[in-house]
Amino acid sequence: MSKQEKNNPILDNRSSRRTFIKNSGLTVGGLVLGGALGTLVGGKTETTSHTKTSGATHTAIDYSDTRQFFVRQKDFDALSTAAELIYPEDEHGPGAITLGAPYFIDKQLASPWGISTDDYRKGPFQPGEVPLDKAEIMLQGVRKLNEVSEKEHEGTVFKDLTEEQQIAILTSFQAGEVEMDLVNSAAFFALLRTLTLQGCFSDPLYGGNKNMAGWKMKEFPGAQMSYTSYLEEEEFVLIEPISLGGHKHS
Amino acid sequence: MVTKLPKVDIVTTGMGWTGGIVAAELTKAGYHVVGLERGVERSIEDYLHGHDELKYNIHKELMQKLTKDTITFRNTLNDAAKPVRDEGAFVVGTGTGGGGAHWGGQTYRYFPYDFQIRSKTIEKYGESKIPAGVTIQDWGISYDEIEPYYAKFEQMAGISGEPDPLAGHRSIDYPTPPLKKLPQMKMFHEAAEKLGYHPFVVPTANVSESYTNPDGETLNACQYCAFCGNYGCEYGAKADPIVTVIPTAKKTGNFELRTNSIVTRVLYDGTKATGVLYKDTRTGEEFEQPADLVVLTSYIFNNVRLLLLSGIGKPYNPKTGEGIIGKNYTDHHTITGAIGYFEEKKFNSYIGTGSLGSAFNDFNADNFDHANLDFIHGGQIEMHLMGNEPIANNPAPFGTPTWGKEFKKNSLHYFYRNVTVVSQRAILPHKDHYLDLDPTYTDDYGDPLIRVTFDYTEMDHKRNEFLVEKCNEVVKEMGADIIDTIPMAEHFGGRFTFQHDGGGVIMGDSPDNSAVNNYMQMWDVDNLFVCGASAFPHFGPTNPTPTVGALAYRAAEGMIEYLKNGGGPLVSKK
Repeated sequence: MSKQEKNNPILDNRSSRRTFIKNSGLTVGGLVLGGALGTLVGGKTETTSHTKTSGATHTAIDYSDTRQFFVRQKDFDALSTAAELIYPEDEHGPGAITLGAPYFIDKQLASPWGISTDDYRKGPFQPGEVPLDKAEIMLQGVRKLNEVSEKEHEGTVFKDLTEEQQIAILTSFQAGEVEMDLVNSAAFFALLRTLTLQGCFSDPLYGGNKNMAGWKMKEFPGAQMSYTSYLEEEEFVLIEPISLGGHKHS
Repeated sequence: MVTKLPKVDIVTTGMGWTGGIVAAELTKAGYHVVGLERGVERSIEDYLHGHDELKYNIHKELMQKLTKDTITFRNTLNDAAKPVRDEGAFVVGTGTGGGGAHWGGQTYRYFPYDFQIRSKTIEKYGESKIPAGVTIQDWGISYDEIEPYYAKFEQMAGISGEPDPLAGHRSIDYPTPPLKKLPQMKMFHEAAEKLGYHPFVVPTANVSESYTNPDGETLNACQYCAFCGNYGCEYGAKADPIVTVIPTAKKTGNFELRTNSIVTRVLYDGTKATGVLYKDTRTGEEFEQPADLVVLTSYIFNNVRLLLLSGIGKPYNPKTGEGIIGKNYTDHHTITGAIGYFEEKKFNSYIGTGSLGSAFNDFNADNFDHANLDFIHGGQIEMHLMGNEPIANNPAPFGTPTWGKEFKKNSLHYFYRNVTVVSQRAILPHKDHYLDLDPTYTDDYGDPLIRVTFDYTEMDHKRNEFLVEKCNEVVKEMGADIIDTIPMAEHFGGRFTFQHDGGGVIMGDSPDNSAVNNYMQMWDVDNLFVCGASAFPHFGPTNPTPTVGALAYRAAEGMIEYLKNGGGPLVSKK
């Protein structure tokens, strides 16, 4: 926890934050303005745990469901809905939302990767080339999901459509049929799909694949150090996964 | 302001396999080598936290970032080339170890046929067998001549393997036994044998048991952890310059490594290379490093680019066929073959190494009769168990949607219920496929990028069709319930994702057809050596590193000869 947070009791837990919001006059027509504060109305509770270290009590807050990149709740909702359509929860196991993929995507877009720092970005950009970075593509894309949804379905946002309607819209993006600015909607869809799968199956250290549930569903053993004991096994061997966090050395 | 440094015996431009081999051999011989490397210094301690698919396999942590420079690409002479912008689409190692840090470690030799492809083709089938525009040529070295250097590379790298019954002769066994045969490999061997072919376990630099090489460097036993190709090995069980040739060079006391040093020009006085100009990538400060021998040891694109930027050699002109620098660029990317899905079998395919697998060469080189076929050369049929990583692998039979419920169901069901048999095949050079300087795009310093002009020829497609059918046959024999054929794209799409490129500074027996002789020595500038797959007149079917390594050992021998004898050409001009 940062020094600032320690010194500011208002930020310590959810209920006192609500008081803070109420008192600060930041709400307009029931909407909360502001980036980090927006997460409070997203319906997710931040989990807190208390640990006792050398006599002093600290409150450790889990920030994994706090957003760094997406400011508007509506944008994040569209992202989450689309990610869940790509990898839905069903009888086989958790989907993108339960696995934390939307928060994974949020963190990736806030990282240097989101602004394409490792890519060649010099012009001129020729027809067919995308001059936007990944964060710009994704932000425009999720807003476009809502825009198309509201236009085609009398003002209803993407997350509130029926699944059938949602799939129809996402399919039109995949087919490159939706007009977007400086990028083809198929390229946005491809990026969204890639990021969703990464959010379901990357090491949990990046905020997705929560509790390694993606790996458990896929029966993937994770960051094991050796398989020499199983080389000649004819039958499938199910191994409990470990993450890179499990590699920690003291 | 350029700071001029004291002269050294040898300066190299990159510290991957070729720079490492040259540094080790020349320092052991008592010469002072300065190794310039644009990236950072790495040790295996850097790989201890490395089992991370997103960071290494997807975001290519070990590769050169495209921030400062990239390459541009087009299919034909009439297209405008576009830069390869996406970090994932252009894979070139950087830092000490270079491509030898992230490689998977498949270590096949090329076939005797490869080195004399033109004369052997003409001898057997007549000159008309070679399609117009296909610019194959003999390499200026025979298999028998290169064999001892292959052996030297294998002994240094501890290669684990068993002989391929159809390959060229071996003067010495592989230094370590092959990796274990997993159940899928046993199925592949049985199927191939039933079909009358000659399978063998893939030779690999993922070393099967602890091994100390002739230089005294020790490699450890591979753990089959599957974080291998695109990753560095924290066990030191994968031959990598940082655990082999670079420590060998360092312990002589004659080696100086300078990282964050990007070479921008070879200095050339019209007769000799006098040294190199390089920049500190952090400060932009510029240095001149004079040397008796200048050795280009970067990846092929940069080798070619340095020569073109420095005005050394005559650039190749595809319209007239004149000139040599940039000629015969080849690339054998695009893996094609067949995927087999099984209902009753579920494999432990989380297990793997960068080069665990089996292969056969009954349809490679001229091991089969081409008289009634409308292509020459061939490819290796192979199956690899590299470890199915969960982001990159979501296998589902063709026809399955790429997202949604059906996708999830099938990709989970088949995750461990599939094998893929692929063909790595030769892609032969063509007069229109070459490298030159891009007229539009530049690097951070304002120098033009290298431009790739490349596509598949009709013969490349025919060869592929033939080989894919063989892959199908094997998968069928292995008992797959569903078989999908992976098609070859009509045109090369510009994803340079395997670091398997060749040509541009090609070797041969005469300055009329080549830039370097069989010691990698420039015909026109006898104290300038250019190492790497840039010397390949065509790309053999399989992975390039052993041939690159063998040629580097031969080049190092030539350099020592050159320095001992006070210079001069190592091969007389034909």
